[in-house]
Amino acid sequence: MSEPVQTAPAPAALPAGTLRRLMRRKLALFGLAIIFLVVGGAVFAPWIAPYAPDDQLFEGLTLFGEPMPPSAAFLMGTDLLGRDLFSRMLYGAQTSLIIGVVANGVALVIGTLVGVLAGFLRGWIGAVLMRFTDLMMAFPALLLAICLAAIFQPSLWIVAMVIALVNWVQTARVVYTETTSLAEREFIAAEKTLGASRARILFKHILPHLIPTLIVWGTLGISVTVLLEATLSFLGVGVQPPTPSWGNIIFENQTYFQAAPWLVFIPGAAILLLALAFNLVGDALRDVLDPTQRGND
Amino acid sequence: MAGYLFRRLVQSALILLGVSFITFVLLYVLPADPVRQIAGRSATAQTVENIRQQLGLDQPMLVQYWRYLTGLVQGDMGRSYLQKTEVSTLIAARLPASLLLMAGGIACELLIGLTLGVVAAVFRGRPLDQGLMVVSFVAVSAPQFVVGLLLLYVFAVQLGWFPIGGYGTAAHLVLPAVTLGIMGSGWYSRMMRSSMVEVLRQDYIRTARAKGLTRARILIRHALPNAILPIIAMIGIDIGIFMGGIVVVESVFGWPGIGQLAWQAIQRVDIPVIMGVTMVSAAAIVLGNLLADLITPLIDPRIKLR
Repeated sequence: MSEPVQTAPAPAALPAGTLRRLMRRKLALFGLAIIFLVVGGAVFAPWIAPYAPDDQLFEGLTLFGEPMPPSAAFLMGTDLLGRDLFSRMLYGAQTSLIIGVVANGVALVIGTLVGVLAGFLRGWIGAVLMRFTDLMMAFPALLLAICLAAIFQPSLWIVAMVIALVNWVQTARVVYTETTSLAEREFIAAEKTLGASRARILFKHILPHLIPTLIVWGTLGISVTVLLEATLSFLGVGVQPPTPSWGNIIFENQTYFQAAPWLVFIPGAAILLLALAFNLVGDALRDVLDPTQRGND
Repeated sequence: MAGYLFRRLVQSALILLGVSFITFVLLYVLPADPVRQIAGRSATAQTVENIRQQLGLDQPMLVQYWRYLTGLVQGDMGRSYLQKTEVSTLIAARLPASLLLMAGGIACELLIGLTLGVVAAVFRGRPLDQGLMVVSFVAVSAPQFVVGLLLLYVFAVQLGWFPIGGYGTAAHLVLPAVTLGIMGSGWYSRMMRSSMVEVLRQDYIRTARAKGLTRARILIRHALPNAILPIIAMIGIDIGIFMGGIVVVESVFGWPGIGQLAWQAIQRVDIPVIMGVTMVSAAAIVLGNLLADLITPLIDPRIKLR
């Protein structure tokens, strides 16, 4: 059980009991439940979905060619083309999650690299990196994303990359602050005195201590990513139809929203709930992982 | 102070220079050819070539960028490819509407956010506080276009209290401003709550209570002004978020501001207009951050500018 004595505090990835303490928070549980539900829906979409997502059903439109409201046959109603909304929502969940995870993962990696390098190396490389980060902060993020998405013909992966390119900046700043303060701590100084190489300090001590921060920012970031993807798709420069995404379902049907409000508000509620879930879990994780953030309760 | 200000101004100018260069390069590598768009589909190769030469688009990128930059410094943002008007004229015509919308958005954000934050702080730890914090999370998680469409559906379509879209009267402003403000109000209520909780712990509040002042008086005269001050500086930092928000909100409500201008320009590859709006937005963001940093020491004399 006992570990050999070390000069530094053992950089455990997560403090023991993190999960248990997380589970004690009702809101975090609610968030986790929604995330499991959406992930389940996305993974098992081919088996759950009553119809193919692109199938323009003859019985999916009224005699006047209008979309059908929710009923037993169509749980969430049908859209303007007579496609089953429930099936499209399930496949749309795949889109949201893939982009949420991929875009946010890439943003997290870029942000961590920039932040750690700037904070650890300092000097002119650090200065250049942080000035570049400042520059990115001055870009109107959404405008930049729209521009980029319009420049490249948007596919699922392009949209994910565009979002990543816009979203790494916050992570870089947080990681930079964290790294500079870590680098000044006594145990790092002790390691240096003992002759540890820079690589050893970086990989054995700095990176492991950044993990809680990265977990918190990674979780909160998915919520930002989900919202940005939905917004881009709503404007028509995100994921392109017929691939369903919760944002482009609203984009396709918004002209008709007065007559068929479910076509806007069902996907709208789904986007809100998924973003909310990641926010709730991320906030709870911050409370659990970072004792300095507690206090105010 | 003067030295600090000078350094920050130089820094801001450099940032804007960088933004202009990056945007220019991005638009230069654009696969869509603006000349084709201008000339139309039936134009001959000769016409296309003539227009390309007229606009100077046949020259190397750095030459084009230098020409744009020298113009920009003199206040010349070039001409729109499609509307044959000066970009500065187009932006000047649309800016008042966007500024009005942003002012409305900031007012809603502060009104809703600060009120919820104060109430939550006063009732901290009780169910009302927990409920309000859940509400604040919902507010920050709600996509703006969904909020906008929901408000339109309920208050314009169903209840008929407000017009469905457009611009002109105070009634037109209400729904777009609320839509723009809701997301920020979630953040402000959380910040206001923790700021207020912090202030309520201070000794001078205990002194005021010991003097026998009423709860209301302590809250309004002693706690509130001190809790609000650190929040005010945040408004400057918000400008960037608002600059993105107006694209969405203006599109949902048909609000004739620079968000719509940018959106149309992007769809039609009208590069000078895209450049112009990006530069104006970036300038607003840089200015907002600068103001936020300058206001902070005025609010809290313990903070010194370096």
